[in-house]
Amino acid sequence: MSAAATNYYDRKGLFATLGRDGMLQIILIANTVLMLAPIVIMVFSAFKTTPEIFKSPFGIPDFSQVANFVKIWTETNFLRYLLNSFVVTGASMVLILTLGTMAAYALGRYAFTGANFILMFFLAGLTLPLKLAIIPLFMLMRDLSILNNQLSLIFVYTAMGLPTTVFIMTGFIRSLPNELEDAARMDGASEARIMWAIMLPLVRPAMVIAGIQNVVPIWNDFFFPLVFIQNDSLKTLPQGLTTFMGEYTTDWGVLFSGLTLSAAPIILIYIVLSKQFIAGMTSGAVK
Amino acid sequence: MRDSGCDGNQPETQNSTSPLMGEDGWGVAASADPKIKRALKVPQLRMTGRGLWISALIVPPLCFVALFIVYPIVSAFAYAFFDWQGLKRLDFVGLENFHTVLFVEPYRSWTINAFKNNVIVFFALMVLQNGLGFILAYALWRELPGARFHRIAVFLPVVLSTIIVAYLFKLFYHPLFGVVNITLKGIGLGWLAQPWLGQSGTALGSIIVAQAWHMVGFPTLVFLAGMQRIPSEILDAVRMETESEWVKITKIVWPLVAPSATIVFTLLFVGAFNWFELPYIMGGLDGSPFGSTDVLGLYFYRTAFGNVSSGQQDFGLGSALAVIIFIFIAIVAGVITTRLRAREIQL
Repeated sequence: MSAAATNYYDRKGLFATLGRDGMLQIILIANTVLMLAPIVIMVFSAFKTTPEIFKSPFGIPDFSQVANFVKIWTETNFLRYLLNSFVVTGASMVLILTLGTMAAYALGRYAFTGANFILMFFLAGLTLPLKLAIIPLFMLMRDLSILNNQLSLIFVYTAMGLPTTVFIMTGFIRSLPNELEDAARMDGASEARIMWAIMLPLVRPAMVIAGIQNVVPIWNDFFFPLVFIQNDSLKTLPQGLTTFMGEYTTDWGVLFSGLTLSAAPIILIYIVLSKQFIAGMTSGAVK
Repeated sequence: MRDSGCDGNQPETQNSTSPLMGEDGWGVAASADPKIKRALKVPQLRMTGRGLWISALIVPPLCFVALFIVYPIVSAFAYAFFDWQGLKRLDFVGLENFHTVLFVEPYRSWTINAFKNNVIVFFALMVLQNGLGFILAYALWRELPGARFHRIAVFLPVVLSTIIVAYLFKLFYHPLFGVVNITLKGIGLGWLAQPWLGQSGTALGSIIVAQAWHMVGFPTLVFLAGMQRIPSEILDAVRMETESEWVKITKIVWPLVAPSATIVFTLLFVGAFNWFELPYIMGGLDGSPFGSTDVLGLYFYRTAFGNVSSGQQDFGLGSALAVIIFIFIAIVAGVITTRLRAREIQL
């Protein structure tokens, strides 16, 4: 699709091309510097002592100096927060992808009365800002007695993730060909077996897209833990970060390394899978 | 009431039976092309193996959405009509809560102040985030050398947690040791150095800049995807007609990426009026200094759950605020979407 874009400008006058493209290139480079500078400064500062940060905030540090990280490792609950984030995000993703695929498979592969209504029901959840329903959600979690319990987060994230997942996967499952399924049905395979052994392997690409679209907001979420979780040992990473940042306000080296450690997992995965991340996170908006 | 969402849907999927279905419950249409399905009349569910199977697939996910999305949102509306004391619901008070937050001081001026700030945030981000995003998308679209790298770089902050971004910029804006002021002093603009987050005049703007840095990659890549879908025939035709870059952008590219603009504008609107995390970390729950960074999200949270200085919480007033914000967002987002859809061109 981008080939068309490049061809369009191919046969311009050399000077005009250089002038305009040169300007656009400058804009891009300036922007990239602006985008990366805060992250680079954050990582550099993580390896400096506080006086070093104050004296030369832009200097390249001695990367073997990891005292800040050791401090975080040994003195704070950071590992606990990280582990909690993994548990909550992991459990939510398993539920979202399992339940989302189930619903999408039923809606996409079978025709039955009310299917469209049910799809609309799911899609309604796409546009509603759930933050505004936090008071009833708080009461609901209290009634289910899972306040201050990570189940409350897992349930809310699952419900929030289902609409987009059902939306993305139903479209994909509908587009799959019927031949394989029909052949298996002729051979007497059960519906469950057809779904599990024949159709699910084909659905993986859509699962990746739906998974990425949900995993980033869930991993990064701060609002629901803020309301639901009080115990320090149950806090997720973004929420734990606020506790931690409050404790070390004057030790900038530790603050920056805390931020760096929190950002590291998702930045590293993003660098490896940037294409899938971009496709996944814009998939609701790009159709 | 809470369980009605789950149970209510189950019979609906199963009760109706179809005269068209075969004895075993497998219809022709079950696996046929969607068009044929519609022509054949959609088979209905019954309590045969097929009906049970489909229900087993669809009921658990429906329950989650019903219980944790639909039920809370419906209840939020109900809560607003009652008087609350802590977690206890008292009497039905009609529209009193709405009247209080809209017309009784000091709530009235708090509401107006927060709403005014949300409007500022929305328009500022329209320019900084979406405007810049369009320009960046246009630059990336040319596939100049390094475009792939620039594309990855512009989207990198988007994957970061808002909390990380908030703390990072809070440190950068520090009056003495923050890199913003140090840089300004370094390039001879020391007179511009100031306590960015500490004074009413600059606090909100500084937080908006952090938000724009965080999210500019999103509209950029949505616009870019829109541009890449413009058919090459149209671009070739334009090349014959005009040399002016401005004409190309305003008359061709901009109208043709209208669907992307619709989505990006609507999402920004909903996001701007739900804004919470950045001002919460950078300005605090009270929107300091002096309410200059107070927005509806903070104000709603504070009213519902209380703040540090006063633990007073009022679910009734909080719910009324939530309902007002909700209705406002729904109506305006609806208007924006339909207005913008109308100018989209079908290719």
